[in-house]
Amino acid sequence: MSYTNFTLDIDADGIALITWDMPGRSMNVFTEEAMLELNAIVDKVAGDAAVKGAVITSGKDTFSGGADITLLQKMLTTFAADKAKDAGQATKALFDNAGKMTGLFRKLETCGKPFVSAINGTCMGGAFELSLACHGRVAADSDKVRMALPEVKIGIFPGAGGTQRVPRLTDQQQALQMLTSGQTLSPQKAKSMGLIHEIAEPRKLVETAKAMIRNGLKAVQPWDEKGFKLPGGPIYSVAGANLWPPAIAILRRETYGNYPAAAAILKCVYEGLLVPFDTGLRIEQRYFTEIMQTREAAAMIRSLFVSLQELNKGARRPAGVPETKFKKIGILGAGFMGAGIAYVTAKAGIPVVLLDRDMESAAKGKAHSDSLVSDQVKKGRAKPEEKDKLLSLITPTADYADLAGCDLVVEAVFEDSAVKKAATEQAEAALKPSAIFASNTSTIPITALAKNSARAKNFIGIHFFSPVDKMMLVEIILGKKTGDKALATAIDFVRAIKKTPIVVNDTRGFYVNRCVLRYMSEAYKMLIEGVPAPMIENAAKAAGMPVGPLALTDETAIDLAQKIMKQTIRDLGDKAVDPKQIALINTLVDTHGRFGRKNGKGFYDYPQKPAKKKLWPGLKDLYPQLAPEKVDYEELKQRLLVTIALEAARVMEEGIVTDPREADVGSILAFGFAPFTGGVLSYIDGIGARKFVKIAKGLQKKYGAEFKAPKLLLDMVDKDETFYQRFDPYAKGEVKKAA
Amino acid sequence: MAEAYVYDAVRTPRGRGKKDGSLHEVPAVRLGAKVLEAIRDRNELDTGAVDDIIFGCVDPVGEAGSVIPRAAAFEAGYATSAPGMQISRFCASGLDAINFGAAKIAQGADEIVIAGGVESMSRVGMGASGGAWFMDPSVGLPGWFVPQGISADLIATKYGFSRDDVDAYAVESQKRAAKAWGEGRFKNSVISIKDQNGLTILDHDEHMRPSTDMQSLAALNPSFVMPGEMGGFDAVAVQKHPEVEEVNHVHHAGNSSGIVDGAAAVLLGSKKAGKTLGLKPRARIRAFANIGSEPVLMLTGPVDVTEKLLKRARMKLSDIDLFELNEAFASVVLRYMQAFDIPHDRINVNGGAIAMGHPLGATGAMIFGTVLDELERRDLNTALVTLCIGAGMGTATIIERV
Repeated sequence: MSYTNFTLDIDADGIALITWDMPGRSMNVFTEEAMLELNAIVDKVAGDAAVKGAVITSGKDTFSGGADITLLQKMLTTFAADKAKDAGQATKALFDNAGKMTGLFRKLETCGKPFVSAINGTCMGGAFELSLACHGRVAADSDKVRMALPEVKIGIFPGAGGTQRVPRLTDQQQALQMLTSGQTLSPQKAKSMGLIHEIAEPRKLVETAKAMIRNGLKAVQPWDEKGFKLPGGPIYSVAGANLWPPAIAILRRETYGNYPAAAAILKCVYEGLLVPFDTGLRIEQRYFTEIMQTREAAAMIRSLFVSLQELNKGARRPAGVPETKFKKIGILGAGFMGAGIAYVTAKAGIPVVLLDRDMESAAKGKAHSDSLVSDQVKKGRAKPEEKDKLLSLITPTADYADLAGCDLVVEAVFEDSAVKKAATEQAEAALKPSAIFASNTSTIPITALAKNSARAKNFIGIHFFSPVDKMMLVEIILGKKTGDKALATAIDFVRAIKKTPIVVNDTRGFYVNRCVLRYMSEAYKMLIEGVPAPMIENAAKAAGMPVGPLALTDETAIDLAQKIMKQTIRDLGDKAVDPKQIALINTLVDTHGRFGRKNGKGFYDYPQKPAKKKLWPGLKDLYPQLAPEKVDYEELKQRLLVTIALEAARVMEEGIVTDPREADVGSILAFGFAPFTGGVLSYIDGIGARKFVKIAKGLQKKYGAEFKAPKLLLDMVDKDETFYQRFDPYAKGEVKKAA
Repeated sequence: MAEAYVYDAVRTPRGRGKKDGSLHEVPAVRLGAKVLEAIRDRNELDTGAVDDIIFGCVDPVGEAGSVIPRAAAFEAGYATSAPGMQISRFCASGLDAINFGAAKIAQGADEIVIAGGVESMSRVGMGASGGAWFMDPSVGLPGWFVPQGISADLIATKYGFSRDDVDAYAVESQKRAAKAWGEGRFKNSVISIKDQNGLTILDHDEHMRPSTDMQSLAALNPSFVMPGEMGGFDAVAVQKHPEVEEVNHVHHAGNSSGIVDGAAAVLLGSKKAGKTLGLKPRARIRAFANIGSEPVLMLTGPVDVTEKLLKRARMKLSDIDLFELNEAFASVVLRYMQAFDIPHDRINVNGGAIAMGHPLGATGAMIFGTVLDELERRDLNTALVTLCIGAGMGTATIIERV
């Protein structure tokens, strides 16, 4: 019999080599077909007396990415459809489906013949669970080999025995740490944890695996042996009593109770380790079935896996424009942003010309890369030769002529129209006409800046976030005249530096900063109302935000907030800014000299490390304080998310962002919008437009016009639509226009 | 309905709950047997008349397992018709045993009940009985589990008690306990633990440190910084009480209840049974109540249960002459005094568990006897006994002299 996804070769010793190599895919994944074939192979190995055992490896560079997540998504769609007809039946079907991989792996592990997994490269999720079900596990000694059960990052958890096998191979603390964080393991780490048996030279990998079988590897897993003892001891033991209560507390600390999948991992391990292995698998299957039905799983799978991948692959790239292979990229301005952009560009192997007004400033910008990459080397994340290569790619200069030959120039000079104009003109003089010019401005409309350019078609915004090396999102801003080639080139660049692009039309603050400003502004309002500052910061974090709005203001600087407010008043008039809010900011900056983290005095005090930052006690004296029990804490949480989501809805209504995937993914990557919701628009969709508008109206009555729902949302209520229906990213042809 | 009367109350001295503690050589069951023997012998009680023996025991496992009051009755040589039952409501178990017994009497089911508790913390470790409350994620998450020390520190933080406040309370507890012992205020209730030869093993509370002062306490490091920070429990506390920016850790061994061994028993009965047996009633159980309270603060249950109990008994705070609140941690008592504006001279007047120790399952019955003795000594009428309880609960009982 032959297989589509596997080959099977039996050697003279009777050892079968199963090579997983799916046609037409860059990476092996568990599809339904692959599972059926593997099942048949297990039957063959078990049933053929001439076969002594089997080695499973991959014919690709990587071992496997695990389950086909899009298949999982389809499973959910089917479930939703079936549920409407017969909820009980649909749930039973989902449960059975959830048990398929579990059953297959269990069959493999109890078939009576020894199996060894020969892990030659990245081995994720279901593939690592397959490996754990094998009686022997060998990994190649290579940087390419990375093992993980990362499911929790997309709202689900290892549901093919991972929660049962890991804590039966390693102690519970390490198991919980690995499972709840989705931690990636090197071969060395996996071996020290007892998750793999051997590490072999890459070229001896399969041979090492075969040798294990020849040397009499038992076809029985430890947990199927009589008298099996858990490596970390029983749960109800002194060690267990020291581990479990803090483990539960730490889970809450890290998740604020917002991630049911992470909690389910703890439950599976706890309940599973108190019973025999097969019962544990059934418990895991029950929790998996439950978690698959959560809104969090659906939202996180969509935004953090499917949409993110699509955007990373350039979903918004105009068709028909050939891909740009960058030979040289110019960066104007070697300040903090420019230096950061130079670093990520050089890290991607692209030569960079880093230009500033004098050589000293340019060199200082390059030094930033030196310090970043040196830190990576120190932490063992980069090799010394990688550092040398990266630095060799950055050429500091003060001479515009050095820009000649650049495919793309990113301007990151001071936020001043005149300065930008001069930089644009001087750069264009040196550039070939086909070169693309991008501005990293965060405050000036691209259409306005494009007027400085002789080639407005080639002018675009590429808006990075700070710190550039850490922030994964890039906003690409289209000016009125920006052409397809500029967009395609910008997307190619963002992809080349392994960040995620979203395409945004031109407006004040673009997309991200508009949302972030609402988040901070709502917090100022709360302070003015007399809400104790810790409640504001804690409410934000409990709502799912990574950084409280006051801490965030400190990071970006309070005097910057003041500048933006003043600029907004100059541009749009007095009414554009709440006078109480500007009074608050003026008091902090002008009266108390509190500029934010940069001067160690903001909403927080920043004492010398290792002391932690603490909210400035003086905040209590600025406004009469409400008694904590008089504050509706759940409403605080809601206000912070709703105000951001409403701004995102406005952005969609105005056609600034047109694809809900970009709004969602952008909101998570740029400002960490409660990832369990799937992002700003999924948050609204998850609540439902009708209910969301009702919530907004209630908040509008109490807290002002910022909570007024845009017409778009009212229309969606009328039509009973979600964002993903109204702005269906998969609809044929043009994305529908807003409102 | 019949009323439950209190005829006697005894307790063992409290031995340090460590391997070098004097009662470490005494099995848990024997501590229980000793108080049963004392109740019988002091009252010339026909144990055939005992309808039930109810003992609180928080960790009823190992040697303390298998219904320890029944076992203790065997060792004490009680009539076989006296049955036994072990209960746990954590730290209030001893008081709940009394309330349970009183309820049986009031209902008319029983005539004579011995209620109390026993805990050998040196021999059966705290937490030895395990439990889903803190181990099972399906319980620990919705139950917001934190260790009690974190709760005590959270109470101090939330209600504004400084390290000096809690230390000063502890110093006073030690002073009062020392004075009470010095004046023999406990002699009516405390029995000596003797060996089979009549030699004394322990005749006083050995956990006390009467020389404690602010300076000696200041030298102690707070106990719950590590579990708070490394164990994630501070974060749990802050998530539940978000107006708190960070937990101020103020409790340590010197201002928390001591770990000790001990047992106590109270002889309860109906009026009629007392008469028949020739017993003189000392007090009656006027009312009691239980409540569940916010589990992260955990130890503020006494405030909630006191409100509930006074309301149900149609009484006012001013009707209570003396309060006895278990000194699990200093902040627990400080918060109670703050909530009801109770002056220190009406609460825990003879010190408490910070000085003398807290043998978990027995404490409720011990402090019940302590305050009854004190009502008699001062010739006052009414007392309220209450304890904070793990997982956020409260038990309280009001007694009245007759």
